[in-house]
Amino acid sequence: MGKILAVTLVIVAIVSAVPIVMHTWPPPEDISTHGYAIDKQMDETMLEAGFSFLAAQLLLALFIWQYAGRQKQDKLKTFPGGAKGLVIAALVLVGSEILALGVIGQKAWANVYFAPPDKDAMTIQAQAGQFAFYFRYPGADGKFGGMHPDKIDEGNQNFFGLDPENDVDSRDDIVAAELAIPANRQINLMLHSKDVGHSFYVRELRIQQDFVPGLDLAVHFTATKPGRYEIVCTQLCGLGHYNMKAYLSVLFQEEFEKWLKERAGQ
Amino acid sequence: MSQEAAIAHHGPPTSFLRKHVFSVDHKVIGKQYFALAIVAVFIGMILSWLMRFHLVWPNAALPGLQWLSKVGAPAGVMTPEYYLSLLTMHGTLMVFFVLTNAPFAAFGNYFLPIQIGAEDMAFPRFNMMSFWTTFAAFVVLMAAFFVPDGPPISGWTAYAPLSAVGSDAGPGQGLGQTLWGLSIAIFCIASLLGSLNFISTTLDLRAKGMTLMRMPVSTWAWFITSCIALLAFAVLLPACLLLVLDRIAGTSFFIPAGLVISDRLQPHSGGSPLLWQHLFWFFGHPEVYIAILPAMGIVSHILINSMRRPLLSHKVVIGSMMAIGFLSYMVWGHHMFVSGMNPFSALVFSFPTLVITIPATVLTLIWLGSLYGSRLQITTASLFSLGFISMFVSGGVSGFFLAQPSIDIYLHATYFVVGHFHLVMGVAAIFGIFAATYFWFPKMSGRMMNETLGKIHFWFTFVGAYCIFMPFHYLGLAGNVRRTSSFVYDYAQPLIPVHKFITIAALCTGAVQFIFLINLLYSRFKGAPAPDNPWNATSLEWTVPSPPPWNNFGGKHPVVYHDPYQYGVEGASGDFIMQNSPEKVPVRS
Repeated sequence: MGKILAVTLVIVAIVSAVPIVMHTWPPPEDISTHGYAIDKQMDETMLEAGFSFLAAQLLLALFIWQYAGRQKQDKLKTFPGGAKGLVIAALVLVGSEILALGVIGQKAWANVYFAPPDKDAMTIQAQAGQFAFYFRYPGADGKFGGMHPDKIDEGNQNFFGLDPENDVDSRDDIVAAELAIPANRQINLMLHSKDVGHSFYVRELRIQQDFVPGLDLAVHFTATKPGRYEIVCTQLCGLGHYNMKAYLSVLFQEEFEKWLKERAGQ
Repeated sequence: MSQEAAIAHHGPPTSFLRKHVFSVDHKVIGKQYFALAIVAVFIGMILSWLMRFHLVWPNAALPGLQWLSKVGAPAGVMTPEYYLSLLTMHGTLMVFFVLTNAPFAAFGNYFLPIQIGAEDMAFPRFNMMSFWTTFAAFVVLMAAFFVPDGPPISGWTAYAPLSAVGSDAGPGQGLGQTLWGLSIAIFCIASLLGSLNFISTTLDLRAKGMTLMRMPVSTWAWFITSCIALLAFAVLLPACLLLVLDRIAGTSFFIPAGLVISDRLQPHSGGSPLLWQHLFWFFGHPEVYIAILPAMGIVSHILINSMRRPLLSHKVVIGSMMAIGFLSYMVWGHHMFVSGMNPFSALVFSFPTLVITIPATVLTLIWLGSLYGSRLQITTASLFSLGFISMFVSGGVSGFFLAQPSIDIYLHATYFVVGHFHLVMGVAAIFGIFAATYFWFPKMSGRMMNETLGKIHFWFTFVGAYCIFMPFHYLGLAGNVRRTSSFVYDYAQPLIPVHKFITIAALCTGAVQFIFLINLLYSRFKGAPAPDNPWNATSLEWTVPSPPPWNNFGGKHPVVYHDPYQYGVEGASGDFIMQNSPEKVPVRS
């Protein structure tokens, strides 16, 4: 029975690795300027984790194959180097792996979070609420009007609680249900939650950031490839969570200007 | 404490109620915890069946489901919110009432006192109270199924403010969520009492000669776990109380100002949703180790017996488990990389998370290195122990990805995480529970379990668990988001066949668990009578009759002469010397 277990372990290990090696269900193509660092980090981690996984499973299988069913007359053998050798091996192998991943990983993380947005980045506000996203552009004046939670009135399309009667800044704000952005221009996205926790996840952008009620956060990114991508809520937000999505349209500059103009005219 | 103080904690039970229901005997309490965990695990498993079925056949009716909830499953088809209710209840049942109760409270209660040569726990009445408090927590949680708007829908992590604002946040967020908060608070009290008992018993009631380093690895694991649990549940308890206060007393610990929910401006201000996340994960990450450390100890204990040799180093194993316990308190923030914490803190939490793989790797290498050159005997218990190592490795390596904040940006909240924690915390820990059951059942019941049924159970469970949980990683790498009741996203459509495969594997693997249940019940009443020491083992639990009398050692005081694992010794009548045998240890072969 030991030998069957050994063979099963080998089969399980190899079959598990096949879809990874063959890229059967790969991540979507990266469309951001920072994503390559994340993808590279992922590939390197896959290599190291995959090696650890295969090595451990195959060694387990090998030792079970060799030593299962041995009896009292068979001599017990001690692993060369004993416990001390194994502790040193773990410290050196895993320790160096950690240092390597830690250092490279820091760079990939820093790309997204440590560098402040460029001065000419375009600021857009995203608001998440049960169960839709809305996006706001500051309009010609470049200023967002203030938000008043008591003025939120979805029936009248006042999703952000704007007060155009008293607040000049808010009069030219453009509100849309999809996020249109120009390609190759940095976007500084400010995240505001209307009610509970939500999250902004675009797989192709390699961006995921929670909306935390009461805490306005910002992420910045540059999309390089025009197209239409899904924005998905990944933070459990209630009964309609499964259906909370919007679209990201990455447009050429002139298309984007046209899009904005159409909405400003409304 | 001196030996005398340990004598005659309590007399023999005098009535049916005192013997079987309100017993102060740690063995009866251990079995009660085990029975509760079995009930919880089958409910939890059936909930997962319902969810998996709904995910891939969203419009098919499940006859009888409307009986469970008319609103949640009209005509037998569950609504998206009822899916979230089942998800919440599945997670809560499994994490608290199975993975905390079975490996730690059940087997720890039964075997820790016997393994150290004590007659009972330090505080037998507290011990009884721990179980019945846990039972009360279970009843309160189950009650959430039967309240008008159904069980809570905010997941086992109950993130505020969704969990804190009341029924405005949706169905299930009314009375159901309040019951959830109360149930977990009650559970915390029970666990605190239990941990104190475990710690006092280990430190004070050891038999003569039972030095700390002579305690079996399993006892060490329960001891370290109880230290972790004492600190972890002490944080979750106030967190749950504050949550309940936010819900029923109008406080705003976790709710900020200006929230508009269900078109209503919420009458709260000043709270912080991140505070809940910090408190919850300060408990939540150590909880992972509360589930897995006892399994590590149990599996080591069983493998040593099956390999007929001690591990390469007793001290290194114990040191590694302590290191894991210590580090488990420094890593909670890795659950919050994308939550809006200061980005610098992500790096601070990432580093110890990566470092914790060092003691985990040491343990794995020690198990592998000890297998080398051993005399491994294959039993159902050793099969599940070897399966544990395989599952622990498979679930552990994916931690490398999630420990790095940059990669977590992509993988957070995807099925990759689901695969990771199910393998490492769920399946691995449950393999530890299975191994413990097959190994110790003879001692607990006085009867052997059926090994043929046990092996059939192992093979299907081992292959089945891989078929279920390995594909979750592939889905996650493709960006498939978790916690949705159906796949409305365009990108998810090509992934549905993978989900179908997982569902079929889950239904089959779940069905196989009934073989275990049948074996358990059949062997309890009809199994072959068990000798006192069926596995030729060395530790003290095998020196007492199967099952042990109410006072364990029959009123005698065991004296310990050896390290716990004198296997592979030459010249002895067998190849082992028991811990309480005055026989000298000859040179090890």
